[in-house]
Amino acid sequence: MELDPVLLSRVQFAFVISFHIIFPAFTIGLAAWLATIEGVRLVTGDALYRRVFEFWLKVFAVSFGLGVVTGIVMAFQFGTNWSVLAEKTGSIQGPLLGYEAFTAFMLEATFFGVMLLGRERVSPRFYLFACCMVSLGTMFSSFWILANNSWMQVPLGHTIVDGRIIPADWWAITTGPIMRVRWPHMLLATFLTTGMCVAATGAWYELRGVHRAEASVMLHWGLGLVAVLIPIQLFFGHLTGLYVLKHQPAKFAAIEARWKAQQPASEVLIAIPDEASERNLFAIEIPKLGSFIASGNWTAREIGLESFPPQDRPPVLIPFFGFRIMVGMGLIMLAVSWFGTFLRLRGRLETTRWFLWGTFFAFPTGFIAILTGWFTAEVGRQPWVVYGLLRTKDAVTPSLTTGDVLLSLACYVIVYAIIFSFGLYFIYRLLRDGPGRDASDRAKMTPARPLAVAMQASEEAPQ
Amino acid sequence: MSATEPSALALFWLVVIGVAILAYVVLDGFDLGVGILFGTTKDARLRDQMIASISPFWDGNETWLIVVGASLFAAFPAVYAVFLSAFYIPVLLLLLALIFRGVAFEFRARGAARGLWDGGFVIGSFVAAFVQGAAVGAMIRGIPVLNNQFSGGSFDWVAGLPFLSGIGLVLGYALLGAGWLVLKSEDPLRSWARGRIPALAGAVVAVLCVAIVIAFIDRARMTGSLFLDRPWGFIFPLIGIIAIVGIFAGVRQRRDSWPFAMTVVLFVAAFLSLAVMFWPYMIPYSVTVAAAAAPEASLSFLFWGAGLFVLPVIGVYTAVVYWMFRGKQRQGEYPASAPPPP
Repeated sequence: MELDPVLLSRVQFAFVISFHIIFPAFTIGLAAWLATIEGVRLVTGDALYRRVFEFWLKVFAVSFGLGVVTGIVMAFQFGTNWSVLAEKTGSIQGPLLGYEAFTAFMLEATFFGVMLLGRERVSPRFYLFACCMVSLGTMFSSFWILANNSWMQVPLGHTIVDGRIIPADWWAITTGPIMRVRWPHMLLATFLTTGMCVAATGAWYELRGVHRAEASVMLHWGLGLVAVLIPIQLFFGHLTGLYVLKHQPAKFAAIEARWKAQQPASEVLIAIPDEASERNLFAIEIPKLGSFIASGNWTAREIGLESFPPQDRPPVLIPFFGFRIMVGMGLIMLAVSWFGTFLRLRGRLETTRWFLWGTFFAFPTGFIAILTGWFTAEVGRQPWVVYGLLRTKDAVTPSLTTGDVLLSLACYVIVYAIIFSFGLYFIYRLLRDGPGRDASDRAKMTPARPLAVAMQASEEAPQ
Repeated sequence: MSATEPSALALFWLVVIGVAILAYVVLDGFDLGVGILFGTTKDARLRDQMIASISPFWDGNETWLIVVGASLFAAFPAVYAVFLSAFYIPVLLLLLALIFRGVAFEFRARGAARGLWDGGFVIGSFVAAFVQGAAVGAMIRGIPVLNNQFSGGSFDWVAGLPFLSGIGLVLGYALLGAGWLVLKSEDPLRSWARGRIPALAGAVVAVLCVAIVIAFIDRARMTGSLFLDRPWGFIFPLIGIIAIVGIFAGVRQRRDSWPFAMTVVLFVAAFLSLAVMFWPYMIPYSVTVAAAAAPEASLSFLFWGAGLFVLPVIGVYTAVVYWMFRGKQRQGEYPASAPPPP
C-alpha cells in the first residue's frame, strides 16, 4: 500500500475517532452509573452513596469535556476528507449525525447544568430525574451514531436519484434490524467499560487501604453489574455476528480467516493469517466448530474469501485479531466479575489481594474491547464505505493531495498527544485521590464551558 | 435536485444557518477579538480583566460553530462537502487554533509556563480569526466546482483578497472585542479599550473599502453583473456606514454600549451585503441554494426535531447564560484565573 490520500485519510479518521470514542463511551456508562447510584441514595438515604456520586460526577465532567473537544473535530471530518461520501449520502448521514450533535447540545444546555449546579437548588426527586435525563440523552446520542453506522454497514430505506443516495424511509434507516442488534451491543459495551473502571477503582483503594467504605460500594456494584451484563452482552455479540454472516459474508470470512470454502468448516482459534499466500500460519483449529458457530449444525458448508473477487475482499489481519482481542476482553470480564461475585458471597472479596490486583489491572478491558470491536466492524466493511453502494477509494475528497493529509494527520497526532496526556493525567489524579471533600464551589462551573468544568473538577480534587 | 427555486424548508434551513453563522461571528468574534487585543498589552492587570470578561462565555460561543457544521451537513450536504474540501488547510488551522486556544485559556492560570499559554491564547485567537476572514475572501473570488466536488487546489485560498480579508476580520474581531471590553468593564480597562477603537475602526474601514472594490471587480468578472440587478441590496452597505459613524460617536460621547452594539450592526450589515451579493449562490458562483439543498425528506425529518425543538432550546439557553452574567463585571467576580480560595 502506498501513502495516498485515501489511505492517509483512513488513518486520520481512525485516529481521531478512536481518540474520540473513548470519552463518549465512558460518559454513557458513567451517566447510567450516576443515575443508578443517585437512585440508590434516594431510596436508602445513605450519605455514603452521595460521596460516591460526587466523586464519579467529577470524573464524568472531565470525560464529558474531553468528549466535546475531540467531537468538534469529528463534525468536520466527513466534509474535509470524505467529500464525495458527504455529497452522495449527506441527505441520510447529515441528518443522523446532525441529530447526534443537537442531542449532545440539548443535554449540555439543560439537565447536565442541573446535575452540576442544581444539587442545592432543586428537589432530590428532580435531581434524580435530571440524572436520568442526562443518562437517557447520552444513550440517545449513541443511538444516532449507531443508526448512521448501521446504515453504512447495511444500507436500508434509501433510493438512488441522479447518483445521490437519498432517504426513502426514515423508520427503516433508524430502526432497522441491524440497528436493533448493534445499538444494544454498543450500550452494553459502555456499561461494561464503566463497570470495570468503577470496580478497578474500588480495588485500587482497597489495596491501598484508603476510602474503604466507598471502595466496597464501587467493587460490589461494579463487579455485580458486569457479572449480570456480560452474559447478555455475549448474546448480543452473537446476534451481531449473525447479521455479519447474513449481510456481510466477506467480513465474516475475514474474521474467521477462512480462505477457502469448507464442509464441514473448522474454527480457527488463533493463527497468523498470511494474506499474500492466502493461508494461516501456526493455526490452532477445532474441526467442525466453524460450521456450528455460523450455521448451528456440525456439517454445514461455509464459504471462504476465495468466493469473493479480490477487489471485494476486506483485509484479514485486523478483523481477525480485532475480533479475537474483543472476545478475549469479554472473557476476562466474565472471569473477573463472576469470580469476584463468588468471593463476595463467601465474604472474602476485600481480603483476597491477588484478586484485587487482577481487578485493578482489568480496568482497560472495556476500552480495548470497544476499540477492537469497532476496528473489526469498520475494517471488515472494506473496501466499501457504504456497503455495496460506495467504495472507500471513491469516497475521498478528490482535490486532496498526499501532502495535505500528511500535514493534517501530523497536526492531529501532535495536538491529541498533548490533550490526551493532560486528560489522562487529570483523570488519573482524580481517581488516585478518590472521594472526599465535598464539591462545595461547583457554583463557578457553567456547563457551557465543558473544558472549564473538566479542569475545575480536577482542581477540586484534594492535593 | 434540479429545482431552480429553493423550497420553503430549504429556505428555513438557510435562515437557520445564516443566523447560526451570525451568532457565531458576533459571539465568538468578540472573544477572539479580546484574545487578539490581549496580545497588544503586557499589563498583567488589564490582561486578567480581559480574561475575566470572556470567561463565562467563550467556549459556549463555539457551540454555534458546531450548529453551523451540523446543519450544513444535514440540510446542504453539497455545500458542506465543497466548502470543507476547498478550505482543507484553513479548517484544519481553525480547529487546531480553537482547541489550542481553549487549552491555553484553562492552563494559563495554573502556574507553570504562563508565558507559553498566554502566547498560545493570542496566536490561537489570531489564527482562528484570520482563516475565517481568508475563507470569506476566497468565497468572494469564487470556488470552482466540477461534478458537485471542489475542483481547485488546497492552496487556492492563498491569494491577495483572502489575505486582505483575513487581516480585515482580525481587525474587525479586535474592534468587536474592544467594544465588548468597553461594555463589560470598568476603568482602567474600559478607557484602554476605548482608546483602541478609533484606530481599529479606521483600519477596518480602510480594509473594507479596498476589499469591496476588489470584490465588485471579481464578481463582475465571474457573473458579468455589477450588483445592480438588486439595487435594494445597497441598503445593507448603507447601514454599515451608519454603524461606523455610530462607533465613532459612541467613543466620543463615552457611551459604553454603543461601540459594541454598532460593531454588531456593522457585522450584520456586512454579512447581509455578502448574502445579497452571493444570492442565489451558496457556493459562489457555482452551487445555488436550490441545487445544494437536501431532499425534502431530509429537510423535514430535521425540521420536526431539531428545527422545532432543539434550536429554540439552544437559543434560549444562550440568552439565559448572557442574562445571568449581564452588566459590568465587578472586581473579583468569576475570576478566570485565581484558584478557589482555601
